Amino acid sequence: ISFFTGCRSLSQLAELPETHQILRQTCRDYADRELSPIAARLDKEHVYPAKQIQELGAMGVMAMEVPEELGGAGMDYLAYSLAMEEISRGCASTGVVVSVNNSLYIGPILKFGTEEQKKQWIQPFTTGEKVGCFALSEPGNGSDAGAASTTAHQEGDEWVVNGTKAWITNSWDASAAIVFATTDKTLKHKGISAFLVPMPHPGLSLGKKEDKLGIRASSTANIILEDCRIPLGYMLGPRGSGFKIAMQTLDSGRIGIAAQALGIAQASLECAADYAHRRTAFGAPIGKLQAIQFKLADMAVAIEGARLLTWKAALLRDSKKAFTKEAAMAKLAASEAATFCSHQAIQVLGGMGYVTDMPAERHYRDARITEIYEGTSEIQRLVIAGQLLKEYQL
Amino acid sequence: MSGRVLVGVKRVIDYAVKIRVKPDNTGVVTDGVKHSMNPFCEIAVEEAVKLKEKKLIKEVVAVSCGPQQSQETIRTALAMGADRGIHVDVSGKDYENLGPLQVSKILAALAKQEDAQLILLGKQAIDDDCNQTGQMTAALLDWPQGTFASEVSLEGDKINLVREIDGGLEHIKINTPAVITADLRLNTPRYATLPNIMKAKKKKIVTVKPADLGVDVTSRLEVLKVEEPPQRQAGRV
Repeated sequence: ISFFTGCRSLSQLAELPETHQILRQTCRDYADRELSPIAARLDKEHVYPAKQIQELGAMGVMAMEVPEELGGAGMDYLAYSLAMEEISRGCASTGVVVSVNNSLYIGPILKFGTEEQKKQWIQPFTTGEKVGCFALSEPGNGSDAGAASTTAHQEGDEWVVNGTKAWITNSWDASAAIVFATTDKTLKHKGISAFLVPMPHPGLSLGKKEDKLGIRASSTANIILEDCRIPLGYMLGPRGSGFKIAMQTLDSGRIGIAAQALGIAQASLECAADYAHRRTAFGAPIGKLQAIQFKLADMAVAIEGARLLTWKAALLRDSKKAFTKEAAMAKLAASEAATFCSHQAIQVLGGMGYVTDMPAERHYRDARITEIYEGTSEIQRLVIAGQLLKEYQL
Repeated sequence: MSGRVLVGVKRVIDYAVKIRVKPDNTGVVTDGVKHSMNPFCEIAVEEAVKLKEKKLIKEVVAVSCGPQQSQETIRTALAMGADRGIHVDVSGKDYENLGPLQVSKILAALAKQEDAQLILLGKQAIDDDCNQTGQMTAALLDWPQGTFASEVSLEGDKINLVREIDGGLEHIKINTPAVITADLRLNTPRYATLPNIMKAKKKKIVTVKPADLGVDVTSRLEVLKVEEPPQRQAGRV
């Protein structure tokens, strides 16, 4: 396809531009010094990293694509992917908080919001003091997003929203949500609209915080809407465009989650490689054994492949080219790399990999969700196949 | 008073890297090894940027002596808030033999050329641990020096300094222009913000050669051999 005619884009895959190298190093330094040392405690105690999110906000990481006039960093999606990977390498929970705020909350408002909505709903959410969330899934439908049963009907100058949203990341820490509700069930997925809802708000309540396998420092809960009233001006984008907004938003979100998965995978590889140097068995470091070497090589290949896919998707998006297929490929490859690498890292560490003294078990638990949220691996395959078949005109 | 501060930033092997001696014992392995800004230089940059934010000085100029890659170190200083950079191009054998005496001659020449009011340096570099450049630069310029600074405050055209010395803390007052070297507790360097990293792209870095400054970088020292420290032996009870 036309991607390879852009020499600048191609060379960026081989060597990042200097600004991006500095950005990557800055985020890595932050993760090494401020996130890695506390990640185990945040996970064990299910603590939201409020201070770190504010520090990241001050750096511009919570609103990377947002123009400077609105308080953001004014950077591109390649930069965002790099930042996400480095942050997640330190703490995967912090990574998902950053990703949801950037891609799922700010993203659609930036793209579909009015200037007034951008000022009201983006500007306060750039500093890390406030974060947003994305309420699409429901207890009755995740992958089947078009079957939304949450409803919104107009009463005078208000929308009245009723329904329950499930699995909402950041819910307990958010100050606003983008809620997808159907304004006309007969139109099926074309009847879904997007709404901006402040939190807390009368008529909006939170379900219990889910007790998850991984990413435990980020909150996940149901959002329950019971005659939740919001002004008409809180609709995001045209009426009936909610499904389109959600799908386009998730395309970009996939790049962020792919980068999160890369961070987890990379942390697993480093943990395993370091251990292989130091642990001796049969008279030598286990890194000398081919069985271990093959594992490390396979891990490295999986990560590098997924990383290049992620960067390519980001570069395509930055060049305003179609990137749906590549973003799905990146998310699929990266999440499967994360589960593979974290699994193998435990294997390399042996018994040590199974206890909390080493981070391998946390990476294993953190990795698992990346194959599920923001589009399951099965949905990614459907998206990729759909695009592929279009290209081959089937 | 120009209100201009020169900050020296040195590109060194990253503190977290495991150092290995080259097989021919002529030095340590640097090829493909991660490098970053000397941690004490980071503290010096942070102090300079803080002085500018307090409007006590007007311009921060980051200086680095070394090969092409030293420009990355200068760019990091620009991302932290320095205004412009000067890269003194020294490479190959000259770079391998570059030490405090030559660097201080370069800094002294630049200080005169740029009409600097203050030179801020790290107290030492973590690769050679020389702890000499600041002191030599002050001597060459016949300027007062405040080394191992853990607190700096400007008072008119004088500087109040707290120095960390073996016996405790020493309080001194020196005239400007002066040379200050930063110790660990002077401040906590900031993480560059993403907008500043973007802005740093547009800031200017000028490249000069030591000869342009009238400095001869020929070394008076010859490294005979570099070895690993002796292996830890078991103790005896």
